[in-house]
Amino acid sequence: MLQAKELACTRDQHELFSGLNFSIQQGQIIQIAGVNGAGKTSLLRLLAGLSLPASGEVLWQGESIQRFSQRYHQQLLYLGHLAGIKSELSALENLQFFKGMDSMQTPEPDYFEILARVGLAGLEDEPCAHLSAGQQRRVALARLWVNQRLLWILDEPFTAIDKQGVAYLEKILLQHCERGGMVILTTHQSLQMPAEHYRVIELSASRELM
Amino acid sequence: MRAAFNVVQRELLIAMRRKSDILNPLWFLLIVITLFPLALGPEPELLARVAPGVLWVAALLSSLLSLERLFRDDYLDGSLEQLLLSGHPLAALSLAKIVAHWLLTALPLLLLSPLFAVLLGLSMPIFKATFLTLLIGTPVLSLIGGVGVALTVGLRRGGVLLSLLVLPLFIPVLIFATSAIEAASFGLPYAGHLAIMGAIAMLTLCFAPFATASALRVSMS
Repeated sequence: MLQAKELACTRDQHELFSGLNFSIQQGQIIQIAGVNGAGKTSLLRLLAGLSLPASGEVLWQGESIQRFSQRYHQQLLYLGHLAGIKSELSALENLQFFKGMDSMQTPEPDYFEILARVGLAGLEDEPCAHLSAGQQRRVALARLWVNQRLLWILDEPFTAIDKQGVAYLEKILLQHCERGGMVILTTHQSLQMPAEHYRVIELSASRELM
Repeated sequence: MRAAFNVVQRELLIAMRRKSDILNPLWFLLIVITLFPLALGPEPELLARVAPGVLWVAALLSSLLSLERLFRDDYLDGSLEQLLLSGHPLAALSLAKIVAHWLLTALPLLLLSPLFAVLLGLSMPIFKATFLTLLIGTPVLSLIGGVGVALTVGLRRGGVLLSLLVLPLFIPVLIFATSAIEAASFGLPYAGHLAIMGAIAMLTLCFAPFATASALRVSMS
């Protein structure tokens, strides 16, 4: 479905990676691994279409994601380092906004049930500025249920999430794959995933570490 | 369309939670307008001569003050990334942001303009001309400003660069607005000036959202 062809990425005339080829099919989880500064986030931003590769291209269902970006983005859920949550609004209002941005009109989900699932029961109407870093992260992760998308690109989804939360999230990722979804994520934790769904791509740093 | 409406709605809701963002530029405007008669002396003829210009310059500066927060907050908290990836035309969403900005900065100014007119001792025909020029001119300020903010949003100290980029582009509007008001003060027709301002507004409305969208894409990558 999603295919990376001869991808190269440079930052400040310094090559992060080049000649990167891989593809992801329905029901797969790909973990991008590598040391700090290896270009994991840069790769995810390339795959999401937020930035342009130095060379190579990314294809979604055989079509360039630059040329057919709208169609691609309607299938994509990207959660970056920044959560994209408005601190003035409550968790509920944030989720309603993201639901309203969906292109396909689907029935409104049960927001209270979703927020309870991510452990925010009782905090639905609290402005997000009053929530902790981990709780804000959970609001962002609640979008996994609110916006039904095929491909999830998650940049360090486990940061600031507690142990039970991590285990639960792993289960959710696996469920998504079993229903035919795709996940590309970066994390420094090793995931407990069955091998038929799970792959690791190692980005080797071109820079020598001291 | 629904998405653009959704964006406007969210902007208004955020502004309601942070009232100081709307009130500060208005407060600034009010201070400028009350200080001018005090500094220049109270002769009504002199005031009537400079008042429209003062009102316009003050409106321009206060719009510049509030311009930065058009995209800055969204850039810092990651909402801008999500707008780019929402699967809707970015130009439409940019236009929605700009409309929300106009509703929050220029509309209160228009609503308060009768008060300013009283403070500056404007006569009715001059006030009418000032109001009309502000009504047509302020959308241009927001639209051009949007392009400027989109270009500078990724920079650490974009504020100075923003005013350098945007102020020269504001000047045509300012010139036609003040000459329209001047014509009004002599009792001459000024529909021509308004028509040119309207043409400028239409032109910027056609191009600015697309320019803003591409500038945002450049700033994000």
